[in-house]
Amino acid sequence: MTVVKEILSTGPTKAFLSILMGFVVGALFMIVSSEDVGEALQVGGLGDAARAALMTVAEGYGALFRGSIFNARADDLVTAMRPLTETLRLAGPLIAAGLGISLGFRVGLFNIGGNGQMVFGILWATWISTRVEMPLVIHMVVAVIVAILGAALWGALVGFLKARTGAHEVILTIMLNYVAISLFTWFIRSPNLLQAEQAGGTPKAEAPALTAQLPQLFPGSYSLHLGFVLALLATLTYWWLMERSTIGYRFRMVGHNPHAARTAGISVERTYIWAMGTSAAFVGVAGANQALGTQVGYTETIHANIGFDGITVALLGGGNAWGILFAGLLFGAFKAGGPQMQVIGVSPEVLDIVQGAIVLFIAAPPLVRAIFRLPALSSTPTLDRLRARLGRRDKAA
Amino acid sequence: MKLELQGMTKKFGSVVANDNISIVFEPGKIHSLLGENGAGKSTLMNLLYGLYQPDEGRILLDGEEVSFSGPSDAMAAGIGMVHQHFMLVPVFSVAENVVLGNEPTNLLGVLDLATARQRVKEISARFGFNIDPDALIEDLPVGMQQRVEIVKALARDAQVLILDEPTAVLTPQETDELMEIMRQLAGEGTSIVFITHKLREVKAVADIVTVIRGGKVIDSVSPETDVAKLASLMVGRDVDLTVSKAEAKPGAPILQVRNLVIVDERQQRVVDNVSLDVRAGEVLCIAGVEGNGQTALAETLLGLRSVQGGSILLSGQDITHSRVKDVLEAGVGYVPEDRKKDGLVGDFTIEENFMLDGSYSQPYVKGLSIDFESRHEHSRNLIEQFDVRTPSSTTLAKKLSGGNQQKVVVARELSRDLKLFVAAQPTRGVDVGSIEFIHESIIKTRDSGIPVLIISTELDEVYGLADRIAVMYRGKVVGIVPPTISREDMGQMMAGIVPAGVAA
Repeated sequence: MTVVKEILSTGPTKAFLSILMGFVVGALFMIVSSEDVGEALQVGGLGDAARAALMTVAEGYGALFRGSIFNARADDLVTAMRPLTETLRLAGPLIAAGLGISLGFRVGLFNIGGNGQMVFGILWATWISTRVEMPLVIHMVVAVIVAILGAALWGALVGFLKARTGAHEVILTIMLNYVAISLFTWFIRSPNLLQAEQAGGTPKAEAPALTAQLPQLFPGSYSLHLGFVLALLATLTYWWLMERSTIGYRFRMVGHNPHAARTAGISVERTYIWAMGTSAAFVGVAGANQALGTQVGYTETIHANIGFDGITVALLGGGNAWGILFAGLLFGAFKAGGPQMQVIGVSPEVLDIVQGAIVLFIAAPPLVRAIFRLPALSSTPTLDRLRARLGRRDKAA
Repeated sequence: MKLELQGMTKKFGSVVANDNISIVFEPGKIHSLLGENGAGKSTLMNLLYGLYQPDEGRILLDGEEVSFSGPSDAMAAGIGMVHQHFMLVPVFSVAENVVLGNEPTNLLGVLDLATARQRVKEISARFGFNIDPDALIEDLPVGMQQRVEIVKALARDAQVLILDEPTAVLTPQETDELMEIMRQLAGEGTSIVFITHKLREVKAVADIVTVIRGGKVIDSVSPETDVAKLASLMVGRDVDLTVSKAEAKPGAPILQVRNLVIVDERQQRVVDNVSLDVRAGEVLCIAGVEGNGQTALAETLLGLRSVQGGSILLSGQDITHSRVKDVLEAGVGYVPEDRKKDGLVGDFTIEENFMLDGSYSQPYVKGLSIDFESRHEHSRNLIEQFDVRTPSSTTLAKKLSGGNQQKVVVARELSRDLKLFVAAQPTRGVDVGSIEFIHESIIKTRDSGIPVLIISTELDEVYGLADRIAVMYRGKVVGIVPPTISREDMGQMMAGIVPAGVAA
């Protein structure tokens, strides 16, 4: 866990530098894959190629900006603002999942079962939202709570099995992902369970009842819904829980040093159960976002891999509520801006590469320090040797 | 081989662990490096052994400059090191351990164990070590394991042998034997570097003493220098090594342990039918060589281990099978043996560490929230009262020196409402100044009528604090004796023998 701990102790400076480096890496990929640059190189030589490269990168990231924040080319202000609302909408689940995964990290638990936890919560929320009738508002609130509780139970099960049998949570969460997703598929394939009426033989759930849907925040063309507000509330809750409350204090204690926690009279096993449950509850907010934020029927892929994306958000967020909020917004912007990049012929996978590179830079602190010549926090034999080698090269050069 | 260190400097961030250290280790001499924990001895040795790279300075072997990028380089150059914590594979035989990392093989690349065995026998015979090359490490007593480490170094023709706090785990008798071995090795021309903070041993065996303090060489003196002088060189001021205390006024027995049996994960009876009482207003010390069940006994008192037989009563209340939380709430203060592992959270601030076992109640908590204001105030009081030297109450615990870390633990435990105070190795790895303070705190606690149970492997500490001494060997209490017992008799008891004439 020490590596995760070091990653989570990421400061804003390092996060910023990592993001910058991530964009640089993405730019390189854009340049390499650009036909314009290749052509310019053949026809006009290096100078033209450099100009073409600059153009490509500027256009690519320009499209990202248009797609995720502000579209200056739009006819009216309402349309021009739409990308920003899309970013917020797509960031909601990422933020919530990031908070959940991050909470796990801080208790020393690697929760990679976000997808399964979301889906298990969604299963029960789907039941409430498509099979049960309730009055306005109450229906939605109950569906959200059920999505959260369902996910929490699925997470707590991991904690329970870990505490009971000593099994590692990584194995447990991976396996339970399959179980939850298959279970949900079975439910939405069975007409007498959750399958939509017109679905025929395919697994598909009904769209949530109007009363259960997360209401849209603005009338008109924006699809931004209450889910983003839930994510903001989750962020506040996370902040209070981890920084202010005694529960979070004990979570962190177990995460930093389970031996000392045990000596201080804390049941480490029980803490694992509660922490996994709480971690999954936050992920459940992402589930509610996905399942109740839609107006159409969905399949088992409704999790949209947000359980895994949450890991990236948590790592960039550095364990801190506001950092996670920011990271979720950034990656939400990537999601919103991807299609615009595709429109101008840049492969949107470049954004996945940027995202991956950012986390890689965060997760490889010695590398970042070596590149930026930052002072090291501590000295280890390996680092010493690495530095000695780098130093020698410097002197030679 | 003559080993020379010139101007060795090593910095960790802004901390200078070694500051321009120059020492010459002559062949055939036992050269003692004396210094408190944190003085920089271990850093220096890690530099010498290739585990760290020096920022400045040179290492000369017989006048030739060398540089090591790792322990294998150092070993190849003839430097052997016996670490404080043995680097042996418990399930391997002695011979296998000795050749590990440098295995003799035949033409087919298969391990040639016969040669290995032969080599162990030769070295063993030459120094009268009496080691069976086929014995498994885990079956050997600690003193014997240490000899395996020494053989390991000698098997690679170590000309310089570094012994890092070698006596910490030994009985007085085993210590004497080790000193004999050191003399013999020195007699054959090996340079011995003997790292320690125990003055008695320095005087007994060293040819020359170099005192290190704050990362600097303070002085090189003859071992004839008197103890008080050595101590003041080591600490940097005059120190009083005795614990001053009044006669104990013991009251009723508060802690009553009866026929306690604890079986560990390996089905060993680590505590075997132990009975003892601790009375209000007295200090009972449990003495013994490390690993004779004291740790298990302490952990069991707190509820960290399950009990297989017998009972533990605290003021008549049965806490034999209580959970840790309930034992703490019943008023047991507990200072664990390994503070970094069990006593503190290094990445927590001092304030957070003060509330480790107080996260359910006042003064740290209001409802479900941490009461930051009250915690801050309470922490400031404790820091002042227990003389914790720290820039602020929000400094991370891991940034503190060993002594100040221990003061944080002791302060936390003593600040609660106590019925019993248990402290295991309360001054291990603690500087002399803090030792004085912690000892005073312990005696103050005793004088306020609280029963105190101390577990210590340091005989000086046991003699200084105890009103009564219980000696443990292989899980049993060999006897409970007054602190007037002679050190010779104590040594015998620590090896499991009750000397004639001692009423145990």
